[in-house]
Amino acid sequence: MTIQDDNGTAPAVEMRGIVKRFPGVVANDGIEFAVRRGEIHALLGENGAGKSTLMNILFGLYHPDEGEIRVNGRPVRFESARDAVRAGLAMVHQHFMLIPRFTVTENIILGSEGAGIMLDRGSAGQQVAELAGRYGFDIDPEAIVGALPVGMQQRVEILRALYQGGKTLILDEPTALLTPQEVDELYDVLNRLRESGDTIIFITHKLREVAAISDRVTVIHRGRTVGTRATKETTASQLAEMMVGRAVSLRVDRPPARPGEPVLVAEDLQLLGSQGHAALNGVHLELRRGEILGICGVEGNGQAELIEVLSGLRRPQRGRVLLKGQDVTATGPNSRRRMGLSYIPEDRHGRGLVLPFSLTENVLLGNAEETPFSSGGRIDYPRSRTLTERLMRAFDVRAPTPDIAAAALSGGNQQKLIIARELHREPDALLAVQPTRGLDVGAIEFVHKQLVAERDKGRGVLLISFDLDEVMDLSDRILVLCEGRIVGDFLNGTVTRTELGLLMGGRGLDEHAPAAD
Amino acid sequence: MSTLPLPTERESSSPWGRVTRALPTVLSSLLAIAIALLAGAVVLALSGANPIPAYEALFAGAFGGRRELAETLVMATPLILGGLAFAVAARAGLFNIGIEGQMVVGGLCAGLVAAWDPGLPVFIHLPLAVLAGMMAGSVWGFIPGFLKAQTGAHEVITTIMLNYLAYRISTVVIGQENFPLVNPALQATLPALENARLPRLIEGTRLHAGILIALAAAAVVWFLLYRTVFGYKIRTVGLSPGAAAFAGIPWGRTIALAMLLSGLLAGLGGTVDALGLQGRYYNVTLGIGFTSIAVGLVGRNTPFGVVLAGLLFGALASGATKMQNTAGISRDIVYVLLAFVILSVSALAVAQQFRQAKRLASRARGMTRDRAAQDAGDPLVEPSPPSRAI
Repeated sequence: MTIQDDNGTAPAVEMRGIVKRFPGVVANDGIEFAVRRGEIHALLGENGAGKSTLMNILFGLYHPDEGEIRVNGRPVRFESARDAVRAGLAMVHQHFMLIPRFTVTENIILGSEGAGIMLDRGSAGQQVAELAGRYGFDIDPEAIVGALPVGMQQRVEILRALYQGGKTLILDEPTALLTPQEVDELYDVLNRLRESGDTIIFITHKLREVAAISDRVTVIHRGRTVGTRATKETTASQLAEMMVGRAVSLRVDRPPARPGEPVLVAEDLQLLGSQGHAALNGVHLELRRGEILGICGVEGNGQAELIEVLSGLRRPQRGRVLLKGQDVTATGPNSRRRMGLSYIPEDRHGRGLVLPFSLTENVLLGNAEETPFSSGGRIDYPRSRTLTERLMRAFDVRAPTPDIAAAALSGGNQQKLIIARELHREPDALLAVQPTRGLDVGAIEFVHKQLVAERDKGRGVLLISFDLDEVMDLSDRILVLCEGRIVGDFLNGTVTRTELGLLMGGRGLDEHAPAAD
Repeated sequence: MSTLPLPTERESSSPWGRVTRALPTVLSSLLAIAIALLAGAVVLALSGANPIPAYEALFAGAFGGRRELAETLVMATPLILGGLAFAVAARAGLFNIGIEGQMVVGGLCAGLVAAWDPGLPVFIHLPLAVLAGMMAGSVWGFIPGFLKAQTGAHEVITTIMLNYLAYRISTVVIGQENFPLVNPALQATLPALENARLPRLIEGTRLHAGILIALAAAAVVWFLLYRTVFGYKIRTVGLSPGAAAFAGIPWGRTIALAMLLSGLLAGLGGTVDALGLQGRYYNVTLGIGFTSIAVGLVGRNTPFGVVLAGLLFGALASGATKMQNTAGISRDIVYVLLAFVILSVSALAVAQQFRQAKRLASRARGMTRDRAAQDAGDPLVEPSPPSRAI
């Protein structure tokens, strides 16, 4: 039996009773999901809720253990992504599958070159130009993809999907890498696609995006469908509750800051990046006690380098770093840590944790040489273990014992362990880089509360995040980092999303002095 | 993800907990040995021999009596030390192929000091000779470690080259006609003085005190790796250079010191062979250093595992003689057997590693942007991989 939608036509995609098990976990547990033709349908859920599994099943990358899939009313069973493409589905991945050195045209025809040996580049270029024109994409078919801005590259991905004959587009968290302006442009593109009759499945975990673009929304939670709603008839807090399974506070409770003296200061930092360009180009910043200083910016504009210089992993070519008034430019991470600088790294798995190590051994990371963890070069394991247990209780790290490997924890628990380790040192300054990346709403709430609590204890918190909302929710002061320079410095509340977005996109680069606050 | 799997594995730091955690590893190693024996039986059968009496002879030769057991321990001694050497380097993320060369320089220096007669009492001369062997091995291990730390020169290349260098130096030194401590005709040093020999443990056997040194070394290595800050640094650097950098652990210094320790253990292996078994240093290549790599791998680079693997390899080596003598089967077949053991153990280890890597990768991917794999679930706890296996 097929559900008939309002117009009497079969849904573009219908998934019924989808079950997918992985060893030890049921990723999809009887999911119901139906998308009408010509709508933008948001698929909303936390990380790990089962969204991507579901879409990978739809796209033929996984086979469901149970359940039925229909495309345009016809039952299908895809053996591979190729079958799915043939049925008119197309996936735009979060990380673009483009070859940077190829032109737009070459990238678009990649994979559908046909059987011949010779590439008919001329006619392919024409087709691409036509296609772009039809959807009002302003794009040069001969441009080298690597030279295009991220938003444009995404359009190339979308064009490729259309070129392959996609009538139903699956977009996997498409806004993750875009500036707010690029997001708006993406919305325009999606609206145009909808007008021309295409169907769009929009995977996201951001409520704002659901409201902005979708016609209907399906929420999944722990592998099950919670429900499908018309976007207009629901509210953000309703959706949040559906997504998390309980009422959550979407607002960070943040009493006004009482900033004190500067605790971490960077002066005129200059650092050459791997390609010889200036990754940091004269960065000044001043983190005060009792404030959260947020740094927003698009990924790859010097955030990684800034944090490496501040934490002591790299030495700048020019400039100074002052910690509590002392010049620490020449010191390494260990002595800065001892002086009161803690650091929550972005790369939880590559830097923050040693995954095969036990939780106790992970708490030793950066602490191994200090009392009470060791004395005389000998590690006091029983004591370290007890301390780890205490930290686990205090920070709600859920694991049966401190002896299991960190790899066995969920992302949220891993992050809590790192935060516990870094905060137990009672630092004067805390560097937090993407502290909530990949976490679910509950864990995000927890992390945000901890950061605000640190601030209220009179510590300086430097927050670097690619999520503009996070920066705006948490920060007392906001800096904008673009191409290795601070191009904006604002008290939070005195600046709008749009203004920040423009600066993030490079609008502030021409001015010599950073915008005043 | 509707069913959060409950923690299935109760882990604890109690001795019993540690045993149960090691159990799968031990079982899989035993399985690998069984597979190797089966494959060896096939080879034996193909070569026209009856595998059953052959294996009986092998077993009798390894465990059949006091002398046979002693011989097994004798054979195991340098292998355990070499296996420890490999394990220490592997824990730091390095592949030490230079154990052979480190054993050669260790044996040579220990042999020379032991043959030298300044009239020292045993409690000075013997430690001195042992120390000389350890120092020589340390230097031979430290060089590639230092080169890697300074220039990034790959330790596999440098250790192989240092193996050749060690052989040649040994040949040159032993071949010196007018050097008083060597016997060029015999291609050996002069015999070690009684005062510089490792004492025999059981009369009528070749068992010498080297086995005690090897076992003590295993205990020391365990303590170093798992109970000291230095060992923690080695393991952190080996498992995650990024996390080591985050924690301010100097990568270069740590790997150079780990290689020094590895070379020291290998040098000690060469030393106990010269001062315990041979009574002098012979300029012949035994290949023990290369077999040690297999011992380390089969022992999963844990001190305890290395001891067991060393004993296994020692038993095979000592049983081989008996098999050759009584069942009339070439001892080469034992090398075939050894090869099968190495292959099947490595295959199982790789399979396990692969599963673990896949699991870790799926989590790591969850951290980056492709959440497909992570969507497979981020359970609170899943059965943890053995945390100590490489």
